[in-house]
Amino acid sequence: MKQQYLSKTTWRKWINVQKLSIKIPYAWMLLFLIGPLIALVSISFSEPAYALPPYEAVLKYVEGTYLSLKFHISNYIFIFKDSMYATVFLRSVYIAFLSTAACLIIGFPFAYAIFRAPPFWRNMLILLVVLPFYTSFLVRVYAWSSILSANGPINSMLMSLGFISQPLQLLYNDAAVVLGIMYCYLPFMVMPIFVALQKMDRTMLEAAYDLGCKPLRGFFTITIPLAKKGIIAGSILVLVPAIGEFVIPELLGGSRTVMIGRTIWTEFFANRDWPLAAALAISMFLLVIVPINYVQRANDYNEDEVSNKNQEADHA
Amino acid sequence: MRKKLFNISILFFCYALLYLPMINIIVYSFNASKITSVWQGFSFKWYKAVLNNPNIISGLFTSLKLATISATVATIIGTLAAFALVRHKRFKGRNIFESMVHMPLVMPEVITGLSLMLFLFWLRDFFYLPAFSGITPIAIAHITLGVAYVTVIVRARLSDYDMAVEEAAMDLGAHPSKVFFRITIPIIAPSCVAGWFLAFALSLDDVVLASFLSSPESTTLPMVIFSSLKMGATPQINALATIMIGVVLTGVLLAGLYMYGKQRKAMAKEAVL
Repeated sequence: MKQQYLSKTTWRKWINVQKLSIKIPYAWMLLFLIGPLIALVSISFSEPAYALPPYEAVLKYVEGTYLSLKFHISNYIFIFKDSMYATVFLRSVYIAFLSTAACLIIGFPFAYAIFRAPPFWRNMLILLVVLPFYTSFLVRVYAWSSILSANGPINSMLMSLGFISQPLQLLYNDAAVVLGIMYCYLPFMVMPIFVALQKMDRTMLEAAYDLGCKPLRGFFTITIPLAKKGIIAGSILVLVPAIGEFVIPELLGGSRTVMIGRTIWTEFFANRDWPLAAALAISMFLLVIVPINYVQRANDYNEDEVSNKNQEADHA
Repeated sequence: MRKKLFNISILFFCYALLYLPMINIIVYSFNASKITSVWQGFSFKWYKAVLNNPNIISGLFTSLKLATISATVATIIGTLAAFALVRHKRFKGRNIFESMVHMPLVMPEVITGLSLMLFLFWLRDFFYLPAFSGITPIAIAHITLGVAYVTVIVRARLSDYDMAVEEAAMDLGAHPSKVFFRITIPIIAPSCVAGWFLAFALSLDDVVLASFLSSPESTTLPMVIFSSLKMGATPQINALATIMIGVVLTGVLLAGLYMYGKQRKAMAKEAVL
């Protein structure tokens, strides 16, 4: 029996060590997440220049002994004045919504069918949904570009059956982009809906059937409302990355499918207009990401509220 | 019965949608023809071409190095962050901390990449700090993204388990550090490993962050694939994609077998008891 009770100092030392678990991630995130965001905001207010780096810094040390502080809001004015950027924003949101809807149309029956499958098969089926997700993102996008190409399997099949005499142009349009996003983000839609369905209390359906409810009506008045949280969560998981998506419109979209991610990329790499790219990124963040985040919070909040109510009901 | 058939046909259609594109790639990777989609007999020549392509090989090694480094650092920092969030219910700036850790999950990669790139330039230009070179900038971006995922996974495990085990050990006189290494670590280890693999896969797959932050000597494999896809697909990409699919399938299969074996062992143990 060497040491029955720990001394106070040992405890205090250990608590100090534990505090490091706050400090290290905190420092990392402040430095490499908040720092870059500050830089982004600062550069979005600076003036483009023909130099390296191609902008006139907001806060600058001028020869002599003083610092100069200049804010240019011209980048933001330019974005709001030029109708092209408004079109780009609307188009990104439009394509993202279409893709989310497509994901939901395929994803809900998919999740529901897995849910209805015999329990023995369910894990296997879920694994099979996630499996393509483990292969490279680029590979999945490329798969569709090769299927839809002029001499790809769809066109050659239609031609050999005699439906068409010339290959159809299936690639490089909005539909191809929507299809690509739908394919790449399908697991993000299926998983939350499946989880929500699994949490569902099946006795409710049985009670409804006992009371003479038709299966179809039971589906629409019980199953879908109970899966609503999963549907919202899945839709956000698809919608948010779809709006900022760069790779899919670049590889499957045409020259007219300009989305925000692609525009930021072009302004940055091709036009070398860093301040404008930064201003676009900030606008996108404020206009798109913040509202969606708000919806997500509300969804989570509802969940908490509902579970609290349930607990209260249990106690009562 | 009709319902069952309907269910099966939905499943069949959905899995066909998921897997036919992959199968298409695999089949055409063995195509002898130079045009990607015209079948001209069986051949392995594109696999040979991939193995002899210096860009692909060097990209692969850069990517593996990058993914290993960023997954490891992300796992360490993410586990610490999970500890901070679960064990310290109240500290200054906890809400800010929590939203910072989750932020990379919802931020579009274009914004993350652009802002970090500008930040590194800013540091160099304004504070006269040396600019990072090589794979360091990409690693920083991947670590920040990986931390968010690792934290979510480890946090879920950590808030699940019974603290009474630790308290019991301490009541019996174990030093806190001993409790940590003998009890806490073994319990959360599986989730750390899962987080590591996820961070590794994210890093291995990323093209947007890498494009913003790369320097000429740090071209990752996804960047090589992306630029060759933009120039027009070559059959080599089919072969490379097939190899990647094969590696992933083997990995998942081995992991599945391992889990299955473990489960059976556990069940056997229970049966004996």
